[in-house]
Amino acid sequence: MWKWFHQLASPPHFYRLSAILSPWLAIPGLALIAYSTWQGLFVVPMDYQQGDAFRIIYVHVPTAYLSMMAYTIMATAGAVGLIWRIKLAHAVAAAAAPIGAAFTFLSLCTGSIWGRPMWGTWWEWGDPRMMSQLILLFLYFGYMALRGAIDDTAKADKAGAVLALVGIVNLVIVHFSVEWWSSLHQGQTVFRRGTMDAEMRLPLLLMILGFTLLFGSMLLRRIRTEVLYRERRTRWVREMILSPRGGS
Amino acid sequence: MKPRQQRMLAIGLAALGIAIAAGLTLRAFQDNMMFFVEVSDVVAGNYPKERNFRIGGLVVGGSLQREQGSIDVRFDVTDTACTVPVRYSGVLPDLFREGQGVVAHGRLGGDGVFEADKILAKHDEDYMAPEVAESLSKHQQDIQAAVVRGTGGCNPDDS
Repeated sequence: MWKWFHQLASPPHFYRLSAILSPWLAIPGLALIAYSTWQGLFVVPMDYQQGDAFRIIYVHVPTAYLSMMAYTIMATAGAVGLIWRIKLAHAVAAAAAPIGAAFTFLSLCTGSIWGRPMWGTWWEWGDPRMMSQLILLFLYFGYMALRGAIDDTAKADKAGAVLALVGIVNLVIVHFSVEWWSSLHQGQTVFRRGTMDAEMRLPLLLMILGFTLLFGSMLLRRIRTEVLYRERRTRWVREMILSPRGGS
Repeated sequence: MKPRQQRMLAIGLAALGIAIAAGLTLRAFQDNMMFFVEVSDVVAGNYPKERNFRIGGLVVGGSLQREQGSIDVRFDVTDTACTVPVRYSGVLPDLFREGQGVVAHGRLGGDGVFEADKILAKHDEDYMAPEVAESLSKHQQDIQAAVVRGTGGCNPDDS
C-alpha cells in the first residue's frame, strides 16, 4: 500500500499515469454533462414555484459544489505537502487553485443570474451565503497572488499551504451559512431527502458527477504542466524530451 | 517524537486555535451575520432602531391589498407566531406570493407598520413539478394555510 502510494507520488510515474487517466475522466464527464443538460433543459418538468427559471440549478449547483471541492483538495494537498514533504502534493495544490477560482466565479455569476428574476436582485451585500462565497473567491486570488509573489517554489509551497489551511474556516462558513444565520439564499436541497422530485434530482446528481469528472481531468492536466515545470532540470524530463517520441 | 509527527501536531493545534478564534468571532458578530430580522424579534423590539434593516418571514394568505390606481401595496408578514404589517410602493418580484417567503428592507414606522423601500422574494429548498404540487393533499394545504395565517399565538417576550 505505502509502496504503491510512494510510486504514485513520484513525478515521472505520475506524469505518465495522468496522461492515460485524463481522457478516461473527460469523456464520460462530457457525456454525462451533455445527457444531463438535455434532461435538465427539455425533459425535466418545470418547478411549481419558479417555472422554467429553476433549470439554472443544473449549472449553479455543480459549479458551487466544485468551488468548494477544489478548495478542499487544495488545502488537503497543502497539508499533506507540509506534513509528509511530498513534492507532488504541493503541485496538486498549486494546480487546483485557478480551476477552483474559475468555478467560484461561475457559481457567483449563475447565482446572480438566478437571483435577479427570482429574488428580485442581482446581489445583496450582507447576505452570509453570498459574502462567504465571495470571500472564497478572494481566498483563491490571495493564494495565487501569494504564490506568484514568492520566487522560491519551496517557500511558495509552504506559505500557500498555510494560507489554504487557514481559509478552511471560510469553507465551513460557506456550507453552514444558510443554517446558522438568516439568508436570502435557500437551504440545502441536493443531499437531503424529500426536497426535490426524483425526476429532477437524478439529472442534477448526474450533472454534479459529470462536472466532477471533467474537473478531475482538468486538474490532472494542470498538475502535469506544474510537474513538468518543477522538474524541468531533472534527468527524466530531459530524457523524455530528447527521446524520439518527444515526450508525448 | 518524529519530525513528521511534530509537524502533524503543530498543524493540528494551529487548526484548532483558528477554529476556536473563528467560532468566537462569529458568535460575537451573530447579529450582524443575520441577513434579516425575524418578525417575533421586531415585535419584541429587538431590531436596529437607528438605521434601516430587513425583516423576513412569510406573506400572510389573503393579506395583500393593492391601492386603486397606484402601485402601493400592503400585506402582513408572519413567522407563524407574530405578524407585522408592511407598506410598499413599487413593483413586486415575480415570485412574491401569499404564503411564500419575503424579505423587506426599510424601517418600522411609529404606527407599527413597516415602511419598505425594497422587497425581495425568498423561495425554499423544495422543488417539484406543478402536478405534484397540486396533488399534495388538501389536508396538508389547510394546515399550511392555518400556520401562514398566524394562528400560533404571538408571545414576543418569550424570545
